[in-house]
Amino acid sequence: MNAPFDAGIALVAVVPFVAALLAPFLHRFTGRFTGWLLALVPAAIFVFLLSFVERVVGGEAIKVSFAWVPAYHLNLSFYLDGLSLVFALTISGIGALIVLYSGAYLEGHRHQGRFFTFMLAFMGAMLGLVLADSLLALFLFWELTSVTSFLLIGFDHGRQASRRGAIQALVITNIGGMALLAGAILVSQIAGTWDMSALRETGDLLRQSGFYGLVLFCFIVAAFTKSAQFPLHFWLPNAMEAPTPVSAFLHSATMVQAGVYLLARMTPVLGGTQVWTTVLVVFGGLTLIWGGLGALKQTDLKQILAQTTIASLGLLVLLIGLGSEASIAAMVVYFVAHAFYKAALFMVAGAVDHETGTRDITVLRGLADKMPVTFIAAALAALSMIGLPLTIGYFAKEEMYLGLLSGDPTQIATLVILVVGNALLAGVAMLVMIRPFLGEAVPTPREPHEAPIAMLVGPILLGGLAIVAGILPEWLGHDVLQPASLAILGRAVESHLSLALDFTSLLLWLSVLTWLLGIAVYRQADGARTVLRRIDNAMRWNADTVFDDVMFGLIRFSGAVTRFLHHGRLELYLVVVFGALALALFGPLLVWSGFDWLVPAADLGNWWIRFDLSSLTFYEWGVVLLAAAGLVVVVISPTRLTAILSLGVQGTALALIFLLFGAPDLAFTQFMIEVLSVAVLAFVMARLNLDRRDARPPEDWLRDGSIALVCGVGVTLMLMQVLSGTLDTRLSDLFTATSVPIAHGHNIVNVILVDYRGFDTLGEISVVMGAGIAIIALMRVRKVVQVKKPRAPRKRKEPA
Amino acid sequence: MNTLIFRTIAPLIVSIMLVFSLYICLRGHNEPGGGFIGGLIAAASIQVLGLALGVPDTRKAMRFDPLVVAGGGVLLAAMSGLLSAFTGSPFMTSIWAYLNFGETTVPLSTPMFFDLGVYLVVFGALTAVGLALASDRDEEDL
Repeated sequence: MNAPFDAGIALVAVVPFVAALLAPFLHRFTGRFTGWLLALVPAAIFVFLLSFVERVVGGEAIKVSFAWVPAYHLNLSFYLDGLSLVFALTISGIGALIVLYSGAYLEGHRHQGRFFTFMLAFMGAMLGLVLADSLLALFLFWELTSVTSFLLIGFDHGRQASRRGAIQALVITNIGGMALLAGAILVSQIAGTWDMSALRETGDLLRQSGFYGLVLFCFIVAAFTKSAQFPLHFWLPNAMEAPTPVSAFLHSATMVQAGVYLLARMTPVLGGTQVWTTVLVVFGGLTLIWGGLGALKQTDLKQILAQTTIASLGLLVLLIGLGSEASIAAMVVYFVAHAFYKAALFMVAGAVDHETGTRDITVLRGLADKMPVTFIAAALAALSMIGLPLTIGYFAKEEMYLGLLSGDPTQIATLVILVVGNALLAGVAMLVMIRPFLGEAVPTPREPHEAPIAMLVGPILLGGLAIVAGILPEWLGHDVLQPASLAILGRAVESHLSLALDFTSLLLWLSVLTWLLGIAVYRQADGARTVLRRIDNAMRWNADTVFDDVMFGLIRFSGAVTRFLHHGRLELYLVVVFGALALALFGPLLVWSGFDWLVPAADLGNWWIRFDLSSLTFYEWGVVLLAAAGLVVVVISPTRLTAILSLGVQGTALALIFLLFGAPDLAFTQFMIEVLSVAVLAFVMARLNLDRRDARPPEDWLRDGSIALVCGVGVTLMLMQVLSGTLDTRLSDLFTATSVPIAHGHNIVNVILVDYRGFDTLGEISVVMGAGIAIIALMRVRKVVQVKKPRAPRKRKEPA
Repeated sequence: MNTLIFRTIAPLIVSIMLVFSLYICLRGHNEPGGGFIGGLIAAASIQVLGLALGVPDTRKAMRFDPLVVAGGGVLLAAMSGLLSAFTGSPFMTSIWAYLNFGETTVPLSTPMFFDLGVYLVVFGALTAVGLALASDRDEEDL
């Protein structure tokens, strides 16, 4: 096909953002049909991406690249191979159903338009993430998913739990984001390229690099935070505070899978080593069991599903860690299976919640009569989750076990973990399918009835697909598995998928064992819950409370630091500032010039000759005397008003010196500043007590006086040093020579300000502007405080 | 400060100062002066008005919120830099145009507009801060 058509994959990541911007306006005009309309966007993307399937299956990888920030080698490059295609198809496909679903779920919600915006932006970020080729672009989209998910989780921002969940997710995933950036920079330094497609050509370069451990650590931290691996899993259940459509999207196809995607993407260059396998398998296995047990603890449908997501993510990471052909194949198939059933189940949970008013499985019974379609959808999805034959979940499970039949002790241990984990998931699936829907009907907070059609399309379609994909294993193997494993392993994996049941095969009996264990889990679920909760209560803390402790500790710590540094006593600030100035003046003189700096100081003895004061004219004398008089009056004046005015006199004298010695611009500015500061100070001071100054105790007087003296001597010495050298006039010569021909101006100062260094000036005036706003904001704050709590009159220190 | 003489003469002083500030600003490219100094003079003139009339009346006389003036200044300065994009040269490259009116030639340039932006920013920000400080305890809202 032609190039412009390929360039369309760049649009795939952009179009959702555009739709996100338009969503609120669209919502205003289309009201309750917005969901149907907006679902067209991801649906169109889905169809567009489908057109690439044939070429990708043929082994082709489509790459589109635009220069973005060429100075930093940052390209906006997109890459479509088997792996990204599978992810992008699930994101856009499930995304379409979710958008449709949320149109009905949040119907009449005050901020529904805003919700669509967040949702579509999130989708765009995810699509960009899986399609990005450059590691930097990947990082940008990665962070975008964190930010947009923060907005989505905290959507119901009136509730504290919602805000906490959002902040927690943001903090944890951003730690990973930083790790990803560090890892990406390291990789680019080692391999000399930012592009992941080019990275694959470098072979063992990364694995043999001395920094392999560090790179691996960075990427694993990134992937584990995003994909909620133990012990960083705790943010995921708290993210359940988001509206259900968000959970369905977040958990099935999108953000939490980003970590899995990253690990799969990096497998060709980082994977396959001993440490890689060990870390991923150990943590993946832990997460699998932890999530499975966690699901049993819960009674809330959404919480149960959230915990199984953690388990599934552990499973995926474990499979990537194993890295054999069969386990990568299992990873791909399981990813698809999980996306289907998890999205469907979440949408079912949302529908149940929406129609009955509760999600607690201990109080829900017999909904199948009232909500038959919902029940069918739940059953289809759950069957796939259990892994019964004729579902896609079955193949995923078979493939997993297939890779571990060699009899090696570590493999057998892994196999045991997998069987136990799958059994836990199967038990939970039965729980979710059977408990709320079968049995005697019981009264619920709301009278249950079938959910609106827009909320049923998604679960039915996905549940159905889970079966269809299970019936067509050749299609699954050819169109999904092979291209994806080609992208991960670099070679096409032969599909082992078939429908035939072989009763002599160990695999089948392992499956049967899993189901039996699953039934046992289901039957003992209530007892297990009691036991697990008791253990939980016996534990004094868990990852979630540790997070709180760390966060509060951080706040307390920063509070302590702030109180120490920002104590609010102006005189101490000034002591620090001028003390630092004195140090800065004397330090370099002592360190770099040795004792040569004493030479001008020694000259001080005959300063009369050095400055040749006799050459001063009478008006120059006048100016010097004016400055000196102003200074003396500032120091000795008994009232504040006199001090302010005499400071103005002193400044004016200084301006006169500038004027006399050839800096009229500076003099002008100085004049105006003096006038303004005296006027403003007089303005302010007119409202305060100007009669007399605070009396200082002698020790303060001594301290301030000596600092002032040291600073003054320091500045004098520095100026003498500067004047004793020859003046380098190259720059001013250049400006003098060029200001008229280039900038058409005779005033060099102004030419520099508005022309040569115009950009600096632009920055400076922005700072002036910002400072003005800040001052006014500060004064408003003070005003509010004053209204609330009048400030206690400051105690005066009595002279000792 | 609030004498009849001062109140009567203040508007005159202020108008002279404002005209002078503009003059200083415009001549800045060739003679001592420029946007910064001009802005300072203009801000000082508003302070004079504030001393004479009090802050609420000064605000009324100004007609514009000084912060808006300052914001407009930043915008004007940045826009004058953007003009160079039309000539295909880098940001803030100066462009000069000479308009002929009979015997006199009026040079116009992007640095001039830039300098006017500086003038507005300095004028607006300092006036806003000065008036806010002055009216700190007044009843009116900031």
